[in-house]
Amino acid sequence: MIEMSSIDAGLLAAGAWIAIGCCGLAAPRSAGFAGRFLYPAGAAVGVALAAIALFALFEPPSTRVLPLGLPDLPFHARLDALSAFFLLLLGGVAAGVSVFAGGYLRADQGSSPGLVCLCYHLFLASMALVLVADDAYFFMVAWETMALSSFFLVTSDHRHAEIRRAGYLYILIAHIGAISILLCFGALQAGTGNYTFDGMRTLQLPAGWATVAFVLALAGFGAKAGILPLHVWLPEAHPAAPSPVSALMSAVMLKTAIYGLMRVTLDLIGFPVWWWGVIALAVGLASALFGIIFAAVQTDMKRLLAYSSIENIGLIVAGFGLTLLFRGFGMGTLAALALTATLYHCLNHAFFKSLLFLATGSVLHATSERSLGRLGGLIHRMPWVAWCALIGTVAIAGLPPLNGFVSEWLLLQAFLFTPDLPQGYVNLLVPVAAAAVALTAALSGYVMVKFFGIVFLGQPRDEALAQAHDAGPWERAGLVWLSAACIVLGLIPHAVINMLEPITRQFTGYGISGEMRGWLFVAPIEPERASYSPLLFLAVATALILAAWLAVRAFYHGRARRAPSWDCGFPWQNARMQDTADGFGQPVKVVFQPAFRIEGEAPSPRDSRPQYRETADDRFWFWLYLPVARLVDRLTGLVTVLQRGRISIYLMYSFATLLVLLFFVR
Amino acid sequence: MNLAGATAQFTELLLALLLAPLLTGWVNQCRAWLQNRSAPGLLQPYRVLAKLFEKEVVLAHNASPLFRSAPYLIFGCLALAAAIVPTLSTGLPLNAAADAIALVGLLALARFFIALAGMDVGTSFGTLGARREMMVGFLAEPALLMVLFTASLISQSSSLSTIVDALGHREFVIYPSMAFAGVAFTMVSLAENARIPVDNPATHLELTMIHEAMVLEYSGRHLAMIEWASSLKLFVYSCMGLALFFPFGIAQGGDWLGIVLALPVLVLKLAAGGAALAVIEMMSAKMRIFRAPEFLGTAFLLAVLAMLVHVLLEA
Repeated sequence: MIEMSSIDAGLLAAGAWIAIGCCGLAAPRSAGFAGRFLYPAGAAVGVALAAIALFALFEPPSTRVLPLGLPDLPFHARLDALSAFFLLLLGGVAAGVSVFAGGYLRADQGSSPGLVCLCYHLFLASMALVLVADDAYFFMVAWETMALSSFFLVTSDHRHAEIRRAGYLYILIAHIGAISILLCFGALQAGTGNYTFDGMRTLQLPAGWATVAFVLALAGFGAKAGILPLHVWLPEAHPAAPSPVSALMSAVMLKTAIYGLMRVTLDLIGFPVWWWGVIALAVGLASALFGIIFAAVQTDMKRLLAYSSIENIGLIVAGFGLTLLFRGFGMGTLAALALTATLYHCLNHAFFKSLLFLATGSVLHATSERSLGRLGGLIHRMPWVAWCALIGTVAIAGLPPLNGFVSEWLLLQAFLFTPDLPQGYVNLLVPVAAAAVALTAALSGYVMVKFFGIVFLGQPRDEALAQAHDAGPWERAGLVWLSAACIVLGLIPHAVINMLEPITRQFTGYGISGEMRGWLFVAPIEPERASYSPLLFLAVATALILAAWLAVRAFYHGRARRAPSWDCGFPWQNARMQDTADGFGQPVKVVFQPAFRIEGEAPSPRDSRPQYRETADDRFWFWLYLPVARLVDRLTGLVTVLQRGRISIYLMYSFATLLVLLFFVR
Repeated sequence: MNLAGATAQFTELLLALLLAPLLTGWVNQCRAWLQNRSAPGLLQPYRVLAKLFEKEVVLAHNASPLFRSAPYLIFGCLALAAAIVPTLSTGLPLNAAADAIALVGLLALARFFIALAGMDVGTSFGTLGARREMMVGFLAEPALLMVLFTASLISQSSSLSTIVDALGHREFVIYPSMAFAGVAFTMVSLAENARIPVDNPATHLELTMIHEAMVLEYSGRHLAMIEWASSLKLFVYSCMGLALFFPFGIAQGGDWLGIVLALPVLVLKLAAGGAALAVIEMMSAKMRIFRAPEFLGTAFLLAVLAMLVHVLLEA
């Protein structure tokens, strides 16, 4: 047997994905072939990749130079703990999503199934390659492949104008980000011409250039991750894409941006300055609050989840900012705590967000309806999807004992220790930041009650919903896989923190798992300061619930009778009297009014056919994007003077260019 | 986890379950006295529970399994919360399983499920109540968390048991930040327990109710579980307030003499707290629902201010 290092295994997995994608072209019109064989094979590769990554987490970094790429810059690949962690995330999520996609993607939607299969697996492979790339050129090639393959997936249903528009906006912002990342690598190589990450790692950048590189990285990777103000593509692209693709984009692609930010800041630059952390913290918290407030007023379920992704990415960036802050001040243990919380939240968000996106996909297929205002009561028709989605909503709302709570708990613990910082002003800002995190967490509970309650509970708001069918076996398998991950990640935080230890040791020099009180408890820093035990928590809660139920069963009769609902004795109620999605968003609209640009009109009381209209828009469109678009439009208007449409004039341009070039070359 | 600790923990839980309806009865009694009404008697909540348990459950046609299981879930969550808050003694086994943040999470979990249960049947009042409850929730929860953070910063720990030890059992220090936190906490507990001025527990007036609107569809044993859970919630908040702001008399590390002495102190403190709650309710009027954000926003600001005061003056 050939000796094989973990990086080779990782590259092989990426290659396997590309090969599976190419197989899709063998029978491009057959949805059955791709669905029954290729997507499950892709899922198996995902599981294998996760296993490889889990193994590689505890191994020393392994490298490989591929005989591809530029003549003097072949592709360098490297698998260290950070890459391995994100590969684990990719493999774990891809396994669930691919199984689901096998039952979900059909022939009747836009591009042919074979083409979608190719783009889908290319997308997976390019994300894996982004995570193992070890030079700027390979990184950018993989990064752009990821952007393009996901662009084609977003626009796979390209017959609708709004989907093409969403795709255009996505690719535009992706490229603005890519330019910024390219410039960032330019700043990092500092004129040496050495574009390998190893070269950048050993280079000691001057502080000014380091700051330039950090700001460019924050902007570039932030555009991909969807932090303010480069978030506008998210709520457009996620609803446009097929659900498994939205799930992958939100769960994994946004995390590759977080990976890039961490790689550049913690590894390639290597010495963060504390006030970078303040910038990241401020931007992250602004994104988090903005995202969750906008999620609360959405009426389209996938847009709602997209805004919720902005919120979660905001929290991740805020946690990363806290890491930089502690690291900048040389407080290693606390930096390790903040980094652990950040990475843990990346993992959690990947699983519960993909779960929820897949659940919306099943709902969309069963009802062909994306608008919350026309759904309702689906828990009766689609119990599998509903109960899995319930697990996802409890997790994403940050409620114990599921996984979302653990990472928020760790993040809040990191905030609780900040008063020891040596900088007085920062100390004052931190309570405000902690308050913002608390508000975000509370609002996400509101949003998730809205999401779950309106889609799955209540009475069906449309007659057509009575024909809704539950998800098929492949879809169920995918949903159950991801739900199980949400539960397991919530119950064994000790194991996850142990898993993150190599990364925190690599970048902060400290780990937090040594201080624990045993496998049952999570106790960062020391047990007297804070400890939490989800297993004990769940065990006691379950025991109490069961005891209550059994006691009531034992002591009282179990009689129950079905009757029409009571509703304070009002007999003529119907499904339209329930809260709509608009109605549920109303309190948030009122409380956070300045955040929105609200337009609308209320009908007059004497109107015989009253029409109520209200829209709450994103102010950034009007403050930033439309002015820039107008400016670009005007500038291109000036350039069109050159465009005459006659071949002789174009030939003259070429001739003039040639002359000018000759002048310079001489 | 030793046997004595587990016994003390179990005693605490049992006491909470038994005393909670009494506290509700006592607050009602005080309110009746202040309003110059004749009171229904201290034991009325127990009679109501007994009556409801005997009654038949009437379920709406489209009530889902979620609707039927929610009362037990909510009850279990609040019973666990009552066990986590140090009422008689600190240093009990469950104190290490969940700290102050986990307690807030637990209360949020109970609220999450009661709101979902309110939306399950799909009536106009149910969804209205769920929406309002969640609105009060997202305003009150961060304020509560900030209050607990202030206490955590003072005692260098987010474990409630250590907080009580630090505030009650070390040398006596007056913390100005805790004054701000105390006001904020009072406002939050009024809102969270469906009390005047945010909600009125005695009303079925359709346009003003929050909590009652959510549980309209419940009957029989399910309603009894919900009512009992509401009493437990009031008990949990009262004990949390007492633990944070009047931590005196709580025994340390589960020693038996201390626990026996702590019981009458707890009852006295709860009686005084319940009377104070009745007075506050008597002196204020129910607010319009959209004044509630202002009220709770003030609580949130006060709580953040408490934290800032701590960082500025006391750290």
